[in-house]
Amino acid sequence: MELTELTIAEANRGLVNKEFSAQDLAKAFLDKIEKEDKDIFSFLTVTKDQALLKAKQVDELINGKNDIPLLAGVPLGVKDNILVRGTRCTAGSKILENYISPYDAAVARKIKKQGAVILGKTNMDEFAMGASGENSAFGPTKNPRDLTKVPGGSSSGSAAAVAADMAVYALGSDTAGSIRQPASFCGIVGLKPTYGAVSRYGLIAMASSLDQIGPIAKTVEDARIVFEAIQGKDPADSTSVESEIRNQQFAIQKLRIGLPKEYFIKGTDNEVEKIVRGAIKKYEEMGAKIEEVSLPHTEYSVAAYYIITPSEISANLARYDGIKYGYSDNAVNDLMKVYLNSRGRGFGDEVRRRIMLGTYALSAGYYDAYYLRAQKVRTLIREDFTNVFKKVDVLMTPVAPTPAFLLGEKIKDPLSMYLCDVFTAPVNLAGLPALSLPAGKAGNLPVGLQIIGKPFEEDIILKAGELLEKTI
Amino acid sequence: MISKKEIEHIAKLARLGLSDAEIKKYKNDLSSILGYIEKLKEVDISGIEPTSHSVIVESVTREDEAKAEESEVVRKLAEMAPDKKNGYVKVKSVL
Repeated sequence: MELTELTIAEANRGLVNKEFSAQDLAKAFLDKIEKEDKDIFSFLTVTKDQALLKAKQVDELINGKNDIPLLAGVPLGVKDNILVRGTRCTAGSKILENYISPYDAAVARKIKKQGAVILGKTNMDEFAMGASGENSAFGPTKNPRDLTKVPGGSSSGSAAAVAADMAVYALGSDTAGSIRQPASFCGIVGLKPTYGAVSRYGLIAMASSLDQIGPIAKTVEDARIVFEAIQGKDPADSTSVESEIRNQQFAIQKLRIGLPKEYFIKGTDNEVEKIVRGAIKKYEEMGAKIEEVSLPHTEYSVAAYYIITPSEISANLARYDGIKYGYSDNAVNDLMKVYLNSRGRGFGDEVRRRIMLGTYALSAGYYDAYYLRAQKVRTLIREDFTNVFKKVDVLMTPVAPTPAFLLGEKIKDPLSMYLCDVFTAPVNLAGLPALSLPAGKAGNLPVGLQIIGKPFEEDIILKAGELLEKTI
Repeated sequence: MISKKEIEHIAKLARLGLSDAEIKKYKNDLSSILGYIEKLKEVDISGIEPTSHSVIVESVTREDEAKAEESEVVRKLAEMAPDKKNGYVKVKSVL
C-alpha cells in the first residue's frame, strides 16, 4: 500500500510503530502534489517547508518515546478560507490574492496543537460561493475520478485532494452543501457538523447564520477523528456551543430511518435515486425501521436560501473596501472611486451577483417582501425537521440530484447552479448535522448518500454511516 | 422585472463599480433569480416568527477592555493596508 493511500488511523499506527517517519509521509504527499496536481489543481498554495519542519518535530517526539495524538504527523489540506498563520489566504478571490494570515483560525490552532502537518491551502469557489469549484479566481479544480467533470463545490480543492490521495484528509466549510456535495462527487466522506459545534473564528465569513467548518476524509472513522479534534465552544465565536458528548447506545435494529418524500422526486437522476434507495435497502436488511416522512416546505428551501445568504453576504463582504487590506485601486483620487474600483474589479462574477442580490433584498421597501419573508419560511423549514424528528432518528436522502456534471455545463446559468443545493441547503437552514458518504457509482462517477441527524447527534449519523461503509 | 436604474442604484449602494455591459448582465441575472424567488409568496407565513439563527444564540458579553495582542500580529495587521503613512492607514479625503 502506498503511503498516500493511508487513512488517519492507519497513518497513526504506522508512525507509532515506526514503519515510516512523519517526514517520509510528508514527502510522499508533497511529491505527489508536485507531480500530479498540475492536472487537478486542488492546491492554491503548498507550504512545503512548514510541512517538513512540522513532520520533523513529530518524528523527534516519536523518537523521544512520547505518546502522540491521533492527528500528529498526518498530512492534510486546509480550505483557503480558513486562516493559517503566516500563510497566504485568498478565499479563492483576487481581492485577497496577496493576503497573509496574521493569526490562526481556531480549528487550525486545534489541529496544530495535535501536531498536524498542513500541506497547503486548497482551491475553492470564490468566497465559498458555488457548487462546482469553477468560481475560483485562480482556475477550476478538476474531478480526480474524471477530469472532464467538476469536483463539486465550494470545497472543491479539499475534496479533490483527498480523493486523489494528495492529502489524508482536509478541512472544508459548508454553507449549503459545500462539504457534502463535493464529497459525493469525488466519492469520499464529508461531515457538516451541527451549527455551533465548531468555532468559526478565523473562517472567512460568507453567511454567518449558516457557515460551518467540517472534515472531508476517506472514511467515516477519519471524519469522526477530525470532528472530535475541532469541535467545542470557543469564546471567540459567540455562536459556538459545547456539544454534550453523548455516548448513546446505538443498535441498528432500533434505528428509525425517515425517507422524506420531497427528496425522492422527479428531476433526480435515475441512477442516483437507484443507488440511494439501494443503500437504504441495506439498512433495512440490517434491521432498521424505514418510514416515509414529509418535509412539506422543502421546495421553498433554495428560494429562501438565495435571499438569506446573499443578504448576509452583502453585509459580511462590506469589509473588503480597498483600504484595510486586500486589492486596492487607489490610483484614483476620490474615496468613492477607491471603493467602486477596488470592489468592482477585485470581486468575481458570482460574488458581485450575490452582493447585488443581497443589497436589493435588504434595501428600503423590499426588506419585508424578501428578507423577512425568507426568514419566516426558514422557520417553517426548521419546524418541518423538528416534527419529523419526533418520529424518526435520522433522515436519509440523496446528497445532490446528479453525479458530477461537466466542467462548463452550468457556469453560465446561475439558477441551475443554485438548484444543485436542493437537498443540502435545507439542512443548513435548520442548523442540523449531516454526513455524505459513498453509496455507489453511476458509471465511473461516485454517488453519495446523505444522513441527516438531530442537532448535536453527530455520533448517531457517524455510527450509521460506518455500517454502510462496511458493506461497500 | 428589475429596471436598469434600480440596478445602477443597487450597485452604488453596494459600492461595486460596474461597466454598462455588466449592468445589463446583472439586470438579466437578478430578474431571473428574483423570478424564481417569487415562489416564496405561495407560502402562508401569517403568525410565523422569523428565524435568524437555527440555534438559540445568547448574547455573550465580556469586559470592555483592550486585549494585549502580540506586537508581531499588530504589526502584520497594520502592514496589510494598501496605503499607509507613519504606521497609520491612509484614506482618501472624505469631505
